[in-house]
Amino acid sequence: MNRVFINGIASISAQEDAVVENGNVALYSENNIAALDKNYKSIIAPMMLRRMSKAVKMGLWTSLNALKEAKIEIPQNIIFGTGKGCLQDTEKFLVQMLDSREGLLSPTSFIQSTHNTIGGQIALHLKCNAYNMTYSQNSNSFETAILDAMMKIGSGESENALVGGVEENADIITDFENFDGQLKQEKISNLVLLNSTTSGTIIAESAHAFVFTSKPNKAYAELLDVEIRLNCELENLNSWIFQFLDTYKLTSKDIGFVIMGNNGDARYDNYYKALQDSIFKETPQIAYKHLVGENNSISSYALWLASQIFKLNKISEVFKLNDIDMVNPKYALIYNQYLGKNHSLILLENA
Amino acid sequence: MKGIAVTGMGVISSIGHHLSENLEALSSSKSGISFPEILQTTHTHLPVGEIKFNNTELSEILNLPKTQAYTRAALLGTFAVKELLKNLGWEKFPEETGFISGTSVGGIDATEKHFKQYAANSENNRFIQAQHPGFTTEKIAEYFELNSVVTNISTACSSSANAILVGARMIQCGRLKRVIVGGTDCLTKFTLNGFNSLKILSSNPCKPFDDRRDGLNLGEAAAYLMLEADDLVQNKPIARISGFGNANDAFHQTASSQNGEGAFLAMEKALKIAGLEKSQIDYINAHGTGTLNNDLSESMAIQRFFGEDIPLFSSTKAYTGHTLGAAGALEAIFSILSISENKIFPNLNFAEAMQETGYSPVSIIRKANLRHVLSNSLGFGGNCTSLIFSKDE
Repeated sequence: MNRVFINGIASISAQEDAVVENGNVALYSENNIAALDKNYKSIIAPMMLRRMSKAVKMGLWTSLNALKEAKIEIPQNIIFGTGKGCLQDTEKFLVQMLDSREGLLSPTSFIQSTHNTIGGQIALHLKCNAYNMTYSQNSNSFETAILDAMMKIGSGESENALVGGVEENADIITDFENFDGQLKQEKISNLVLLNSTTSGTIIAESAHAFVFTSKPNKAYAELLDVEIRLNCELENLNSWIFQFLDTYKLTSKDIGFVIMGNNGDARYDNYYKALQDSIFKETPQIAYKHLVGENNSISSYALWLASQIFKLNKISEVFKLNDIDMVNPKYALIYNQYLGKNHSLILLENA
Repeated sequence: MKGIAVTGMGVISSIGHHLSENLEALSSSKSGISFPEILQTTHTHLPVGEIKFNNTELSEILNLPKTQAYTRAALLGTFAVKELLKNLGWEKFPEETGFISGTSVGGIDATEKHFKQYAANSENNRFIQAQHPGFTTEKIAEYFELNSVVTNISTACSSSANAILVGARMIQCGRLKRVIVGGTDCLTKFTLNGFNSLKILSSNPCKPFDDRRDGLNLGEAAAYLMLEADDLVQNKPIARISGFGNANDAFHQTASSQNGEGAFLAMEKALKIAGLEKSQIDYINAHGTGTLNNDLSESMAIQRFFGEDIPLFSSTKAYTGHTLGAAGALEAIFSILSISENKIFPNLNFAEAMQETGYSPVSIIRKANLRHVLSNSLGFGGNCTSLIFSKDE
């Protein structure tokens, strides 16, 4: 099996990149948060930009930046995860169709509504004929993209892959999540989100892209493995993690820092708390969703964060869930789930 | 390569609720195209490949509680996987069976139905999450207590072809030993109006590869295959997946390039993995939707790839309509039926060869000993996938 390294990385979220080091947090109290805007014009022609939805814009911007950093022009694979896809164009077409009672419609938003519009537009922009895949599996969308890329590079079939996770919000469809318990009903400062005792969370937009390569170069980290499960009973969580780590002859004590997906939803944060209080009690614990919000591909922020932590060998206090100091971490574990489903584990090693 | 063993199949489409009914219709040139009766649309003049069970009927067949949150794609998908289970002769799927499903729009049928009704305390709120493709896949997985790798691919009209490709790769590299692959998509107002706004729906039964073709018919289906690693295979495999390839046309969001570059590259990759010569492909189950653009572009790709000796080919879309995300898996099953029955199912409604190519598809049922069959699926976003199915020898 060939090894898989993370080389280029790029992020768009509700926080500035520098928050990892300086802890200057953008504060929010609403439950639906837009991603911070980037200078898209700097790398995408204005005429192209006008036609792009936010998801496509963010996906392309992060992809181009990650490729640039990895010094790769045309990737051998383009693999994306997006649980909700091009929500804005979907909503636009749906509203027009319903309001006109199936009248005469413009096809523009329909043709951009498919989940693979992001990967397709990146291919179009790069004139890249390579393997192009889009996974849309709730909070395991990005994880399956990682898994696919690891198979491509691990098997020796490819030397690199562009891998990303993108989610945008839409006005009406995202707002529906207020009605089914997904979003918090009270205003809450994002800084205290993780202490919340109520149900629901806050949702935000984000996009992340990574270049995985078979050669270490100046890698941020080495990807050892990823595993996904649809359901996992709370009492089986520890044994799943033990089994996963044991494949690499590791125990929880070898993990230099663990990144948890706590999102302030009191109904489901017990999965994370169970780990915090047991096998990772003595491990530096890091959380991020109080800063960048929840979404189906937000674990891509966790992978970006882990990459940064390995590179910087430090992390701002605002991410820490406990007081244990991080000392030259060798391995990192990312655990995530959403509404108690679509659980994932990602294991990384300092490159 | 020897190829990944296909050990079971389950399917529901407008030409049949079971595998045997689908085979019967294919063999007797019986199309499933009708006018919409279940789908509530104002476009009642547009022919569709509709499955004539409503959601309540499907829900009752599957013994689901009244409070279920299964969208139509989830109902059809569950129905087809249940068929697969029955055809395998198993009580339930063994632990560690993976599930990879493809769907293009997932549960948008629920969103378009309840869009104006979602509000605090509405009883329909259980469908809010159901819009998203992964939810459809979860519902099917939970019905069968599948809890290993459960994931969903959404690459428009090549979704389930890609699910087959990824599942085969997972077996090949040892990530999984057993995986259900395929896909499901139902008729929705969203897609019917979408394709209508693109002006590529025909108001007649579609005529793939015909010179006077004037668009596609939408359809709905769910189709799933069981793939197993060789050390688990107990009975002789129905067929093997010997090659697979995905490439991007990188030309336009919806239209295919004139020379069909994406399809060309996908076929090339699939053949290379299979280790086959071009001349060994006995038949192509083409994507052949019946639109001006697709059929020309795909023909060009086939012509460029195969040169003088073009294999026999046909599109089965005139039977079922274009079932979008389910099409790849549906046609994978049709391709495998072709191999096991030694029959090429005809391209219905064909009369006159395209002027640009002069090629005629197989238009009446034809006996043939088929060892290797190529199946193409081409989607929005330039997504092109080719699969090769081979006789288990």
